[in-house]
Order: sequence, then structure tokens, then C-alpha cells
Amino acid sequence: MATDSRQKPDGQRGANRARSVMGDQARSYLGHHRKVARDSMQRLWASPVASAMTWAVMGVALALPVALLLLLSSLQGVSAGWESTARITAYLDLDLPLSDARNVAREIGADGRVMTVQLVERDQALEEFRASSGLNEALDFLEENPLPHTLLVTPEDGARSADGVQALVTFVEKLRGVDQVQVDLGWLQRLNAMTDILARAVWALALLLGGAVILVIGNTVRLAIESRRDEILVAKLVGGTDAFVRRPFLYTGAWFGLGGGIVAWLLIQISLWWLSGPIERLAGLYRSEFTLQGPGVDGALALIIVAMLLGWLGAWVAVKRHLDDIEPGDIAGG
Amino acid sequence: MIEFRQVTKRYDSDHTALRHVNFHLDRGELAFLTGHSGAGKSTLLKLVMVMERPTAGEVIVGGQKLNSLPRRQIPYIRRHIGVVFQNHQLLFDRTVFDNVAMPLEVMGASPEDTGRRVRAALDKVGLLSKEKMNPMQLSGGEQQRVGIARAVVNKPPVLLADEPTGNLDPELSADIMHLFTQFSQVGVTVLVATHDIALIHAMNRRTLTLNQGELVAGGGVSGH
Ligand SMILES: Nc1ncnc2c1ncn2[C@@H]1O[C@H](COP(=O)(O)OP(=O)(O)O)[C@@H](O)[C@H]1O
Ligand SMILES: [Mg+2]
Repeated sequence: MATDSRQKPDGQRGANRARSVMGDQARSYLGHHRKVARDSMQRLWASPVASAMTWAVMGVALALPVALLLLLSSLQGVSAGWESTARITAYLDLDLPLSDARNVAREIGADGRVMTVQLVERDQALEEFRASSGLNEALDFLEENPLPHTLLVTPEDGARSADGVQALVTFVEKLRGVDQVQVDLGWLQRLNAMTDILARAVWALALLLGGAVILVIGNTVRLAIESRRDEILVAKLVGGTDAFVRRPFLYTGAWFGLGGGIVAWLLIQISLWWLSGPIERLAGLYRSEFTLQGPGVDGALALIIVAMLLGWLGAWVAVKRHLDDIEPGDIAGG
Repeated sequence: MIEFRQVTKRYDSDHTALRHVNFHLDRGELAFLTGHSGAGKSTLLKLVMVMERPTAGEVIVGGQKLNSLPRRQIPYIRRHIGVVFQNHQLLFDRTVFDNVAMPLEVMGASPEDTGRRVRAALDKVGLLSKEKMNPMQLSGGEQQRVGIARAVVNKPPVLLADEPTGNLDPELSADIMHLFTQFSQVGVTVLVATHDIALIHAMNRRTLTLNQGELVAGGGVSGH
């Protein structure tokens, strides 16, 4: 029993020791990362003007595509909103009797994609036209009512996409007794086509500016590498691995990214605030539900993370090109 | 500890800095490397540090053949070799303490460990009181001793010095040689490149002599 009680704590102590050695290593590794991260941040703070310039350049380069993306998604919101009010107008043959017109209406109403069908009789249509146009007397000269029976078709929710509405139009057009079908789908398609083009342009721009950001950060980090050449040489001389030597510069790139992302977010928020009044007025004029959506918390986080990744990538490019070349071969003296 | 087998080093096309060099240094041995300027002393030390690769022959340090060493293994070899140069290669943007701590930092030593070992190394070279100073505030001899403290702070089995007393007066040179002797007494293999003949005579140790890249003396079995 005595042996038992002694052995147990012994074994535990051994395990604890092993664990604490591993723990020490992990701690000092993390501690090193923290130190390098802090140091490289302090270096940026130490030259505030230069850092702020880089942040500003990066902020503008990031804000532009992001702002356009936001505009784009707002526009797509508009076309979605429009679809919800899409209505098809079918003009029937001029000589179609009312009973046949009712049959066509029933046939259309029976289709699963259709929510409601409203029949506007030709006499009623003429009355409305008379009232709204003010051409009262002129119309009296007409011997015959020039207007046909008209069906107003509202599609079901599921059929309100551009394609769905188009299919419905084709279906209605083919019905006997239907002369002409009208829908403001033309607008819808144009808007969709425009947002498609815009989307591609914005993504191309985003790629180009992302590349530019990488180059800008790469160049800035290259200068940082040049100015710390001695330190790099000594670190390599005393056995610093490539990863060790690269680390401060990669952190520098990430911090440039962080600053650039924050500047981009600020620029976007300011622009939104500045534009919100006029846009509300404009949307009011068109009775549209158009609003310019901000990036939100998720968007802001994504923006900053992407910016940090870009900065890190730019630093990586510089480090690959310039840092690995620095070898302590030439410092030993002759 | 350090072994050269038929080592030839050719820079560029025709210039041969070392020709068929053979020698072997034991653990704890202190030897001098001498020869005229351009004889190949620095080149020989750079081969040990894997700052250069031999054109032919084999360099073996601590039983490890350096020829076949992949690039990413080089840092781990260098952690076992301390080096001291004539131009001390100290960094003037940080304190003496931080300079000496660099070899420990690259190894990822903990702060407590670092503090203990840096102070031990500074104590050894007699500069413990100056740890918070900038190396720029120190004299030439003191700077050289900071360089030595940095070279030995992680207790490497091999210590190389390239003209460590180049611009020091004889008294300071003797101090530094005394330090090197102490390191060799605790088992460190020390190789000192110098053309200071007076110093070599005063020390009376094994001396490897290079002439136009050829080892003309001291290559045989060590005097021990
Ligand atoms: N990186 C190099 N490229 C070309 N030649 C070199 C290089 N380093 C040294 N040498 C030449 O090799 C020879 C030996 O140089 P070095 O080893 O520095 O001699 P020491 O240190 O004995 O003065 C010299 O002739 C020198 O010009
Ligand atoms: Mg030399």
C-alpha cells in the first residue's frame, strides 16, 4: 500500500513534467509570435506618416471595389423587388366575344404559375380611358370601341424570376384569342443584364486593385527588408530559420492590411452616410424600395480579413524575392 | 570535431581559394589559422559555417557531413557554432543584452532561460554591468567581448573567430585569447584565424598555416 501510494504521485509528476516541457515550448513559441507581432506593429507606429500613406493607398484601393459590390447587391435587390410586382398584360383579339374572353381568363387562371387573373372588359376599358385621357369628345367620333378585352395576369411568387415570367408570357401568347402580350420584363432583363455586366466589371476591378495592393505592400516590405539587412544577416548567422527571419515582415504585411482594411471601411461608411440623403430622395421619386446597404458587421470583418490576407501575401512576395537572397556569406570579411 | 578531407574551394571559374586541405580538430582543441592576406582563412571558416559550399572534398562538423546537408538544415548547424568577427556585427538598434540574446531568440528560448544565460555569458566576458547599454557606447575591446558573449551564449561545441583581435591593442588581444583558452578548457573546439604572429607565438598552440590556399603546416595529427 505504501509503495502504491508513492508510485502514483511519482508517475503523475513525470507526466506533468513532460507536459510542462511541451507547454513551455508552446508558450515560448506563442510568446515569440506575440513579441514579433507587437514589434512590427510598433515599427509601423514609429513612422506614422509613411504608415498612414500606405494605409490610405490600400484603403482607397479596397474601398472602391467594395463600394461597387455594395451598389451592385443593392441593384440586385431592386430587380428582385421589381419582380415581385411584375404583371403581364394580355390584349385579346378585337373581335373576341366576352364569353370567349372569360374562357381564356379561366384557362390562364388554371395554370399553376398564375396567382390572379383580372378581366378588363373592352367597354370598361374605354370608360377608364375616357376618364383618364380627357379625350372625351374625340372618342365620340369613333364609330367603334378600338380597345380589346384585356387580361391582367399576376404570376405566383415562384414564377417571378425573369425566366419564369418569360415562360409564362410564351404560354399566354400561344393561347387562342390572345393578340398581344406585354410585360415590363424588357426592363427587368435590361437591369439584370446590366447588373451582370457590372458584376463582372466590378470583380475584374477588384482583382486588379487586389493585385495593386499586393504590389504596394510588397514594395513597402521590400524597403523594410533593406533597412533591416544587418539584423537579417545576424539572425541567419546565429541560426535563425527562414521562417524566423520572415516572420516580422509577414506580420508587417498583415498590419498594413489591417490598417488598410479599417481605412477602406471608414471610407465606405462615410460615403454611405454622405449619399444616404440623396438616395432616399431619389428612391422616393421612383416609389422604389432601393436602399444602399452598408457592409454590416460580417462584411466589415470579411473586408478586414481579406485586407490582412492581401497584406500578408504582398509581404510574402517581397520576402520570397528579397529576403532569401540575403546570405551572410559576405559579412565574414576577407 | 571539425574535419576537412581533401577540401578544395574554387570561387568563380579559375580562382582557387583552398586546395586539397586536410586536417582534424578534436573536441576542446584550440588552434590558430594563419597565413598571408588572401590565403583562404576566411574561406575555410565559411565552409565550416556553411556560408560557402566546397567545390570538392568533405567538411565534417560534429560528425555531420555538411556537403549533403539540405539548405533548410543549415540554421540548425549554425546553432552549434559560435562565430566572432573582426567587424563585430553587433546591432546598434538594441541593447547589449538584446544583441547577446539573439542566438537564444532564434532557438525560441523562454524569457527566464534567456535572461539567465545572457547574464552568464556577459558575466564571463566581464560586461554584466553594461547589459542595458547600446553597443555604440562601448569601446572597441568591449564591443568585441559582446560579440564573444553572443557567440558562446548558447554554449556551442565549436567557436570560430575571424581576426578577432584585428584592431585591438596587444593587452586587449591577450584578454580575448585568455577567454578563448577558458572556453577550450571546458570542451569547446576553438579555431582562431589571425595573422598576428606575435600573438600566435605567445600562445604556443597548434597552428594551421595556409599559403595560396594550401595547408603548408599544422595539418598533421594534433600536438596533444
Ligand atoms: N566571395 C568570393 N568570390 C570570389 N573570390 C573570393 C570570395 N571570397 C574570397 N575570395 C578570394 O579567395 C581568396 C581567399 O580569400 P579569404 O578566404 O578571404 O582569405 P583570407 O581570409 O585569408 O584573407 C582571396 O584571393 C579572395 O580574393
Ligand atoms: Mg579573412
